[in-house]
Amino acid sequence: MASSFTRLISKRNTAVLLAGLGAGTAGFLLSENSSLAAEAKKKLYPPSSDYPDLRKHNNCMASALTPAIYAKLRDKVTPNNWTLDQCIQTGVDNPGHPFIKTVGCVAGDEESYEVFAELFDPVIKDRHNGYDPRVMKHPTDLDASKITHGMFDENYVLSSRVRTGRSIRGLSLPPACSRAERREVERVAVTALAGLKGDLAGRYYSLGDMTDKEQQQLIDDHFLFDKPVSPLLTCAFMARDWPDARGIWHNNDKTFLIWVNEEDHTRVISMEKGGNMKRVFERFCNGLKQVEHLIQERGWEFMWNERLGYILTCPSNLGTGLRAGVHVRLPKLSKDPRFSKILDNLRLQKRGTGGVDTAATGDTFDISNLDRLGKSEVELVQLVVDGVNYLIECEKRLEKGQDIKIPSPIVQFRK
Amino acid sequence: MTKNCHNDYKMKFSVDDEFPDLTKHNNHMAKALTKEIYAKLRSKSTPSGFTVDDVIQTGVDNPGHPFIMTVGCVAGDEESYEVFKDLLDPVISDRHGGYKPTDKHKTDLNFENLKGGDDLDPNYVLSSRVRTGRSIKGFTLPPHNSRGERRAIQNLSIEALSSLEGEFKGKYYPLDGMTDAEQEQLIADHFLFDKPVSPLLTCAGMARDWPDARGIWHNDNKTFLVWVNEEDHLRVISMQKGGNMKEVFRRFCVGLQKIEEIFKKHNHGFMWNEHLGYILTCPSNLGTGLRGGVHVKLPKLSTHPKFEEILTRLRLQKRGTGGVDTASVGGVFDISNADRLGSSEVEQVQLVVDGVKLMVEMEKKLEKGESIDGMIPAQK
Repeated sequence: MASSFTRLISKRNTAVLLAGLGAGTAGFLLSENSSLAAEAKKKLYPPSSDYPDLRKHNNCMASALTPAIYAKLRDKVTPNNWTLDQCIQTGVDNPGHPFIKTVGCVAGDEESYEVFAELFDPVIKDRHNGYDPRVMKHPTDLDASKITHGMFDENYVLSSRVRTGRSIRGLSLPPACSRAERREVERVAVTALAGLKGDLAGRYYSLGDMTDKEQQQLIDDHFLFDKPVSPLLTCAFMARDWPDARGIWHNNDKTFLIWVNEEDHTRVISMEKGGNMKRVFERFCNGLKQVEHLIQERGWEFMWNERLGYILTCPSNLGTGLRAGVHVRLPKLSKDPRFSKILDNLRLQKRGTGGVDTAATGDTFDISNLDRLGKSEVELVQLVVDGVNYLIECEKRLEKGQDIKIPSPIVQFRK
Repeated sequence: MTKNCHNDYKMKFSVDDEFPDLTKHNNHMAKALTKEIYAKLRSKSTPSGFTVDDVIQTGVDNPGHPFIMTVGCVAGDEESYEVFKDLLDPVISDRHGGYKPTDKHKTDLNFENLKGGDDLDPNYVLSSRVRTGRSIKGFTLPPHNSRGERRAIQNLSIEALSSLEGEFKGKYYPLDGMTDAEQEQLIADHFLFDKPVSPLLTCAGMARDWPDARGIWHNDNKTFLVWVNEEDHLRVISMQKGGNMKEVFRRFCVGLQKIEEIFKKHNHGFMWNEHLGYILTCPSNLGTGLRGGVHVKLPKLSTHPKFEEILTRLRLQKRGTGGVDTASVGGVFDISNADRLGSSEVEQVQLVVDGVKLMVEMEKKLEKGESIDGMIPAQK
């Protein structure tokens, strides 16, 4: 009995162990029995019997998950007991997406990216243009003063927006968190946000408690997020216990917005009508730094490391987690056959104005950076600024009947 | 083993921090789950790793249903009903008419004990059907099972069903692998089940890995049908057009017993005990797991002010002809037994046979403009 007990302990980190012992040994003894049953079951069901059928699948997880990798990782757990099967469930349940190659796996906690590195590293490489977490380092730079030419022609750019996510270190991520952990995330975030002042001073609206009037206002402002319906998210267990501990915070000026406990612990959004991307990014950086400082005062910090940058639920959002974009009118350019190639070379993507799962209507597009990892926030925002300015130039030239050029492709990573 | 709620880590947090907010909820689980019960159960798990949070997730995520009072909790394995009895016993009692933890359930699949049932008027009774579920011992249930287990269940089921002969000779159609033509035919026959969309099921984890190891078996006569790995390990259905419920029930009992023998030979009999009868995923299906019913035309009776009361007294329930989540179309109703636990299969089908016969008589009276007040039954 002692040896299986110590085997169980050795998988956990010290803090959890000490707290667990404090909670009483009954829990450990019971799970020791389950661990014996689990051992027997592992013998009865070798990894090959559990390996998912991915023959009709087209996502990054399905491309990377070989039977050998599955066999190696199936019986591993993170310190929070999160398993590989839980990471990949969303990718097994969702073979493909009409518009984009989906990622097909999520992290349940910070340690998922380490414990299941043999799956996540190739997924990251596939999704982030060859970025190799084993050898490369991700640069973080939130100095908005470095941005140049960040004011767009407002005859074309209708609005500007920058978003990212932040996770609170020590608490499980949305696919895995218990109700208590989720409520703790909410407490940490809301307490910090209450400390913001000046143009960042604002208010929190809990999803479960808001009045009808508040709800209507948030809808009108395009701030309200709702229970996820996309199976990509629901199959990853992110909608559990809805709407418990979910909410929206925004400043009084309605230019800085935080989503709490949606797809990530927090999603941070800075936005304005018009084309002043520089100011949007300044507020973004300033707000983020202040929030980070406020949580640090209470002994918390964001999940971050130098391999992967900011740690978020979906591997696609690692690094900066940053999507900087505009709603821009490009009636002539969007009909030009070279439009897609121009965007590709500028490392930009287009979406409909409804967001990731929508198609564009009319001539107005959501144009944003493709990349997240391997380039800093400043680099990515500058890339969007330069790219959108180039697109507007093209549109103006086409208006005058002049020809346009496809720009040379932007280099992927600094070597 | 595959689904794990990292229970030990959650024990760091207090009961108050973990207890779900059920203030807007209306299901059996929400009514039964007190903080005290939650505190007692939160440190437990079944040998396969199913925890109380796994049991209740579907009820937390789905506060209520427009037509029916939902159960709001599921079992992940046979042991769930033991380990979490402090929650499931009150849920079972509430759902099954006050059934006590000390009560014993009677199983009777002897179709010869059914009286009548071969003479329901086919001008009114369009079709007759009996269904139940069966769980295979030694495997965890659909909310919890791994791909390996689900595939083993499928393989065992195919082996058992392929050995059937005579009126039960048939074929298995795996959901992932049927041809377009086969799929069309199964849809036309009303046999095909699809990936669950109801959040009651998806939030309980039952649609994971779809359509891996799911399929449909039916006999060549298309009167006996088995669903593999949908909401239960097996759903067994006997059906035919017209009103010969006796024949439907005979085929049901005979087919079930043949299948059970084969599973027993492989040391994987059905989950059953003398308190809860047949063990199924949803507590609402414990006991017989049996829903015996007809599609019957009752346009006049269904608009009579005493219709609901008559159904209640006859221990019957009505549904639309699309099944549990639908409303009636054109005066045609799905009428079936309301009970599952505490009475036997024969008793429940007898109630359907007798009750439908009476309601058809009432319909005929109302057609003639006569009163049915003298026919209102006593509470069964």
